[in-house]
Amino acid sequence: MIKRFIDFVDSIKNMNELRRPFYIILVLVVLSDFFVHREHAAFFWDHIPGWSALYGFISCIVIILVSKFIGHEWLLKEEDYYD
Amino acid sequence: MIEWFHPSLFFIFGAFLIPFLKDKVLKTYLIVITVLALIDVLLMSEGIYWKYSFIGNEIIFGNVDKLSLAFAYVFTIMACIGVIYALHVNDRGQHIAAFLYVGSSLGVIFAGDYFTLFVFWEIMAFASAYLVFAKRERVAIEAGFRYLLFHIFGGVCLLGGIILHYIGTGSLLFGLIEKDGSLAFYLILIGFIVNAAVPPLHAWLTDAYPEGTITGSVFMSAYTTKTAVYVLVRAFPGTEALVWLGTIMTLYGVMYATLQSDFRRLLAYHIVSQVGYMVTGVGLGTELALNGSVSHAFTHILYKGLLFMGAGSVIYMTGNRRLDQLGGIYKTMPITMILYMIAGFSISAFPLFSGFVSKSMIVAAASHDHRAIVALLLIMASSGTFLSTTLKLPYFMFFGKDSGIRTQEPPLNMLIGMGIAAFLCIAIGIFPGPLYAVLPHPVHFEPYTGDHVTGSLGILMFTALGFFMLIKRLEPHPTISIDTDWFYRKGSNIFMWVANNPIAAYEGYIGEIYNVWFTYLTLKFSDFLWRVFDSRIIDGAVNGVARIYLIITSFVWRIFDVRIIDGLVNDIADFWMDFGGVARFSQTGMVRNYAFFMLLGGGILISYYLFR
Repeated sequence: MIKRFIDFVDSIKNMNELRRPFYIILVLVVLSDFFVHREHAAFFWDHIPGWSALYGFISCIVIILVSKFIGHEWLLKEEDYYD
Repeated sequence: MIEWFHPSLFFIFGAFLIPFLKDKVLKTYLIVITVLALIDVLLMSEGIYWKYSFIGNEIIFGNVDKLSLAFAYVFTIMACIGVIYALHVNDRGQHIAAFLYVGSSLGVIFAGDYFTLFVFWEIMAFASAYLVFAKRERVAIEAGFRYLLFHIFGGVCLLGGIILHYIGTGSLLFGLIEKDGSLAFYLILIGFIVNAAVPPLHAWLTDAYPEGTITGSVFMSAYTTKTAVYVLVRAFPGTEALVWLGTIMTLYGVMYATLQSDFRRLLAYHIVSQVGYMVTGVGLGTELALNGSVSHAFTHILYKGLLFMGAGSVIYMTGNRRLDQLGGIYKTMPITMILYMIAGFSISAFPLFSGFVSKSMIVAAASHDHRAIVALLLIMASSGTFLSTTLKLPYFMFFGKDSGIRTQEPPLNMLIGMGIAAFLCIAIGIFPGPLYAVLPHPVHFEPYTGDHVTGSLGILMFTALGFFMLIKRLEPHPTISIDTDWFYRKGSNIFMWVANNPIAAYEGYIGEIYNVWFTYLTLKFSDFLWRVFDSRIIDGAVNGVARIYLIITSFVWRIFDVRIIDGLVNDIADFWMDFGGVARFSQTGMVRNYAFFMLLGGGILISYYLFR
């Protein structure tokens, strides 16, 4: 089983082959959000279908860009900084 | 039948036998002790046990209620997993330290008063520091000392708070603290949040955990921060400041994690982030939020232990701890990779994994409390968790550019330890019922509703989209990031300059004054005392005694032999001369000798009052 798993991963030559199934999953996730019952909604945005997808994407971009910006401007040092 | 047996005793007294055992006997012994402790905790029922009176105060070793039991279950389960994972380690010092560490954290969990709590709290700090020292490398030893010093700072704050609390309330019982904004309140809070790694008091964690031994860091990831969560849940629920500190923590940890290339440091920053959820839950203070904090601590110990075990296995097999030098090792470590990914999905709160059933409670509690910003920031942080631990780290470690490193799976005991943790992560994720049953408050929360599931999947899958779009920006580089430890690592240079220049000069001056006045005067004074004592009192006493004896003997000289009397008198005189000599030796003018005599006297006085 483990060997088959390794062979399967090996068979993926590049990331492009994974794109189509990945996009299908993304579409399914957003579509399913239109059909769920929202009884726990506390804020107005909880009623918007696809809100979590949008917010998740924004969060990811914000975290990467902001932390990399702060890191390069200020926090990141050479490895021997403390020596 | 023993009513209750303290599980710490298995570990703390069990540790003393470890030096005498080896090989198979030692391995069996380690497993038997931890399993006994687990059974002991599982059979426990609620109540107050082992209550003693000590210098006028009650001390309680066994405060067993639903809250302490929930933590005790996961602590002993994790002890079993950690011991199995560490079975191959031959360094018995590490086993002893791990046992003392687990035992003292259980001691904190069951402590019913501040005195017991503080004692176990300090044992924890020292035992865990050994797990860093045990790596026996210069970098690790330095980090271990910083770790220890920071915990001593936290311990001193806690002790000060406890003393003020005792003066203020007259009670040492550990429980809900009145939010009166007093100094005692804040000192105890600071003592606790040092161990909870709340920024800016968190740098000890991200500094020391990546430097610990492979198995030591697994233990450390579980106990110190979670005992802190426990004491916060018990003493500080509903403290508004904790809501915001916790929320900031979640994002702070996530932001720093994206900058790391040392993967255990990356995981350590995610401890800060995850404990942030628990601290937020404590701050919210509602039943749902506290249940969320406790359940998240429970699941966190298991999946974070598994993450550290997976990362540790990679270090153990490749000898490499840097993401920028790894890649493509899925070929030779597929089982480790799958087990790691289970922990990754758990920490990211993927549906059907353990984090989902606990983290969603805290987010829901923030929503129920109508705290929009807190809820939004917590969700943002969960996106960052998925990004670093479950996408970036495995991508660059197991897949990505092939580094050419060829290795094999870690030893069987490591795989078994990881397997048990992975099994529990999935089991709790699919059947949260048993976990919810041990929480301190009744649970009216259903994690698997349609909107929870699609909401989580939306966040996570679109985080993945963002990851693949910006993957170039995330490539790890051989750099380090400065954090609040800068203040005491670089700041120490300033401190050393101050110590070498103004203080050294000042010290010389003070030392001179001390020499001239204190030592000189003490010597003169003791010399004077000695002479007075010698010439007046002893001589006087001896002469007096001798005279009386002489007077008596002059009357009864026919009965007693004069020589015997003289001998007796001389003996008494000799004794006093000897005693005077000893007394003079104690007046050496050396501070350490005075300190020794003071301590000796103090010890005698204290033991007199304790045991009279």
